Amino acid sequence: MKYHFDLAAVLHGEYGALFLKGIKLTLLLTGEAWVLAMVIGIFLAVIRLGGGVVIEKIVATYVAYHQNVPMLVQILLWYFGIASLLPAFVQSWVNDHNGEFLYSVIAIGLCMAAYVSEDIRSGLRAIHYGQQEAARSLGMSYFKTMRHVVLPQAIRVATPPLINHSVLLFKNTSLAMAIGAAELSYASREVENHTFRTFESYLVATLVYLAISLCIMGAGAVAARKYRIVGR
Amino acid sequence: MLDILKSNWEVLLLGQYPNGPLGGLVLTLILSVLGLALSFPFSILIALGRTSPMRLFRVPTTVVVYIVRGIPLIMLIFWAYFFVPLVIGHSVTGFTTLLCTLVVYESAYLAEVIRAGIESLPRGQIEASRALGLTYLQTVRKVVLPQALYNMLPSIVSQFVSTIKETSLGYVISVQELTFSANQVNNNLLTQPFQVFAILALTYFVVCFILTQFAHRLERRIHHRRAGTFIKRSPADDLLLQSE
Repeated sequence: MKYHFDLAAVLHGEYGALFLKGIKLTLLLTGEAWVLAMVIGIFLAVIRLGGGVVIEKIVATYVAYHQNVPMLVQILLWYFGIASLLPAFVQSWVNDHNGEFLYSVIAIGLCMAAYVSEDIRSGLRAIHYGQQEAARSLGMSYFKTMRHVVLPQAIRVATPPLINHSVLLFKNTSLAMAIGAAELSYASREVENHTFRTFESYLVATLVYLAISLCIMGAGAVAARKYRIVGR
Repeated sequence: MLDILKSNWEVLLLGQYPNGPLGGLVLTLILSVLGLALSFPFSILIALGRTSPMRLFRVPTTVVVYIVRGIPLIMLIFWAYFFVPLVIGHSVTGFTTLLCTLVVYESAYLAEVIRAGIESLPRGQIEASRALGLTYLQTVRKVVLPQALYNMLPSIVSQFVSTIKETSLGYVISVQELTFSANQVNNNLLTQPFQVFAILALTYFVVCFILTQFAHRLERRIHHRRAGTFIKRSPADDLLLQSE
């Protein structure tokens, strides 16, 4: 039997729309989780550097937990576990407002925050301590020193690992399908179930994933070169 | 939480084992060990291709690595689900599907680890061994790989940790590993999802954390050894030590 390859069969009409919706949701998930991860990650790295022993321990535990537990398990824990502990009215509100999406963003964002904080921390360590001392002796507060002097450099140093982890974050949004968020891999499965065109529907999803991943890597490489601190 | 663990530890550890297929944590570990072990030879080949001076080897291996790194594991699992039965000619279990996927996925990632190990070796070593008359394969086998693999042991352990975490995706295709077993426990109990999934997370945490700490320790040790602090130097070398 000869297989008749037909890409149009999975791209026309409702199936094309399904894919587009999936891509949109994947990108939204990536964007929101990325912002969450960056904000929390930078925050954790900064308080870890400036805080005492207790904060150091707490952040270290946070990072160890999120790096050593599979992201899928974290998503399941949020979606089935932590959700069930919330008061009933919060639960129903979340369920009305696309709960799968929300919990995926929280789980992926918090998990990647651990990786981001480690990247930033190694970036912070690369910045000479004398710079902090100089800024402090000029009368800047700790957070001002961080914001204006240390972090801008640390983030530049940490750009390459941050890009790798951004790609990882993007790829890991596919795990949201396990709790039924209708992102790209979920959509490809849907289309496959409807059309029985396994090869074509997976091919479309794979190519889209690949294209976006390569774009992030490429854009990251350009950014890393552009913002590289000269002399390093 | 403890009573859930007390009444369900067998399912979490072994799945349905005595009365059915093996599962749970043991299956997770078997999958990760097999996945990493089987991907090892492929990853060495890919790493050699990636570091090869010949375009014929370098380009295809680079393309493969970028493709695998660019798509989510879940898509690879879908592909394996579709392709492996076509290649073998009969339907396969979820276990085989997941294992095949892991081998492909880990080969690419492990290859990058080994490549880093190869590239961190001083070029002079390869030149020296070639100058001594060793062939390319001899150089790789006797000079490059022993050092590259040894230096990269900590990263290989970390890769093992990643593999353990990635087996959790077996849940999606109903392989009865740890996550799937925990979900079964949850379906039986119905009322305590938080406790069940917290146990699941903690189990992964304990296993992976121990391995991560082991990797850190290994790293320090190898670092010391590479720095030469383990090697007893003869008195003639003392000047060298002092100058550092």
